[in-house]
Amino acid sequence: MRCADEFRSREITTPLVEEIVRSLKRPVRIMEVCGTHTMSIFRHGIRSLLPDSLTLLSGPGCPVCVTPASHIDAFIKAANLPQVTIATFGDLIRVPGSKGSLAAARAGGARVEIVYSPMDALTLAAQEPGRIVLFPAIGFETTAPTIAATILQAERSGITNFMIIAACKTMPQALEALMADPELQVDALLCPGHVSAIIGADAYRPLAERFHLGCAVAGFEPADILAGLLSLIRQINNDAPRIDNCYTRAVTAQGNIKAQALLNEVFESADSEWRGLGTIPGSGLVLREKYRRFDGLHQLEIPLLPSKEPKGCRCGDILKGRLLPPDCPLYGTACTPLQPIGPCMVSNEGTCAAYYRYSGQKESRRQTQVERS
Amino acid sequence: MKADSIISLDHGSGGLASQNLISGLFLKYLTCPQLRDLEDCAILGEYAGRIAFSTDSYVVDPLFFPGGNIGELAVHGTINDLAMRGARPIALSLALIIEEGFSFANLERIIASVGRSSEEAGVAIVTGDTKVVPRGKADGLFINTTGIGIASHRHDISGKKAMPGDAVIISGTLADHGITIMSSQAGIAIGGDIASDTQPLHRLIAALLEDDPARVHVLRDPTRGGLATTLCEIAQASRVNIAIEEDRLPIRLAVNAACELIGLDPLYLANEGKCIIICDQDEAEEVLQLVRRMPEGRDAALIGWVQEKGEGRVSLTTRIGGSRLLEPLTGQPLPRIC
Repeated sequence: MRCADEFRSREITTPLVEEIVRSLKRPVRIMEVCGTHTMSIFRHGIRSLLPDSLTLLSGPGCPVCVTPASHIDAFIKAANLPQVTIATFGDLIRVPGSKGSLAAARAGGARVEIVYSPMDALTLAAQEPGRIVLFPAIGFETTAPTIAATILQAERSGITNFMIIAACKTMPQALEALMADPELQVDALLCPGHVSAIIGADAYRPLAERFHLGCAVAGFEPADILAGLLSLIRQINNDAPRIDNCYTRAVTAQGNIKAQALLNEVFESADSEWRGLGTIPGSGLVLREKYRRFDGLHQLEIPLLPSKEPKGCRCGDILKGRLLPPDCPLYGTACTPLQPIGPCMVSNEGTCAAYYRYSGQKESRRQTQVERS
Repeated sequence: MKADSIISLDHGSGGLASQNLISGLFLKYLTCPQLRDLEDCAILGEYAGRIAFSTDSYVVDPLFFPGGNIGELAVHGTINDLAMRGARPIALSLALIIEEGFSFANLERIIASVGRSSEEAGVAIVTGDTKVVPRGKADGLFINTTGIGIASHRHDISGKKAMPGDAVIISGTLADHGITIMSSQAGIAIGGDIASDTQPLHRLIAALLEDDPARVHVLRDPTRGGLATTLCEIAQASRVNIAIEEDRLPIRLAVNAACELIGLDPLYLANEGKCIIICDQDEAEEVLQLVRRMPEGRDAALIGWVQEKGEGRVSLTTRIGGSRLLEPLTGQPLPRIC
């Protein structure tokens, strides 16, 4: 993409890296909230350019990773109904529920199709009126408006065989819950670019004020990320936390009002379970009563059963920035990208998967310690 | 047989319908005299050298895509597998598994492509087989081709032969086939110059090995799993580390843009007409110029070097000067949600 080239050129990034090195006065821990940031940091080798005293922690911003086993189980249950076709985002299919995954259900005969947007799922429903097409609606404020628009489109076109299982989540509430954890040691937040384009940079103001926490909204190119990090380090140095919008080419203070209206028309907030983090009040989106007929759980009478966290899995601590992936005893042994156990290993954007893929650290430090002792 | 008709189970029965299919369609486009004899097998004659033998099955979906179809893919793929050990391909087999109800017209288009590509490559289809399975037991059409080639004694090309200091060359742009198929499957029309790169590489390889075959240590076509996975395989087989540079990778603008859009990494997408050439570093410039003079290799580039003996790690220096490891592909490449 030529328009992104300048944000990836050494002429722009080298001075930013030099300035970060110069500005760093003490060890600093910054959480990059969004999974796309995590991926970009690894993909461009950004960590390898930064001093060791700057620790980057990956937050809860990978939508696939934080979808709990209870929802995955419901998707699988729906997939196994003979009249249902699941139309899903690709990286959801390998995510394990308490037993199996959508990929395993497909191998067992269920119809599971990969789509690139919820609108594609609606198109599939229109093409196959004899079947129920169910879209597992996961994601944050980024994808929720598109899902809302799809529901409204389904209603306008009178398509009755399209449903969703609403499992979308909202970011500010999750960050609020995370930051309230006294064990969490984070000096500042690199806030997600895509989510912020919808909710606006001002959405982080209560968080920044309550926790005296620096926030920088950043895009996903190397120069965007480095500029965001530099802003946060300067805020920490000056003890002057604020919300710095470093992604003004996409994000405004108020966000995308139209998208917010769409989202509010179709969804209302509810408590929501996050993998590894537990239930966070007001952090989920469910369909409003008037759109209940699109609710797959309700229509297909599928219960949401409580999730059990996999034994030994430390994803909760990793999502909270308390541990790094190799600190988990399952990392690289029982839990690998091909056979993931925890949420952080399941998606390409998950912290453990990204760590496993790009860092060269292939086994658990704990495992090594155990073997040595 | 009418062009609007479909393939039925009768066409695979071995009876009259089968014979009609063979004489009315296959022999119309596949003209090798050996095949026309309709014997149980082909006798190839006498050749000097080591025999190279390879097989591959083709299940691509969709069957027709920008830049080609499953027919030419099946011819080029097996020719290239032979060429990657430095062998000169001499004959191919063609086996089809067709789902009942498959369109005769589409089958004709595909067999015409098989005929044309095998003729252009100068590698004949000398034997074949057709089976028809009931509807729902296959996905339209599957093809298997098996190839035989002759490899000279003058070289010993293998994935185990990469040596510290060697240069790593790629014969052209990356990810064209993979992104074409992924975007076709996604129903995303990317347009522009995006098309599969399916092409035979045996002439390029023959030219490369003509004068000084010993300078080429490894040839490998980065098909499934893409450049990253193939380099990992070579690094592990040769027990060396390999370092490549992002700045040097030839990737079309439109391919890069499509990868960004769908959320895929071009280093992990398939190529069907490209090869990795690992050669003596002193010969690298000459090899590169030779490859570039061939139409199949005009976009070739030197992309990195084999480093010290090691555990088989492949690293990439990114455009901003950072470094990261390249891992083999895990499972199938899946597009990201956002």
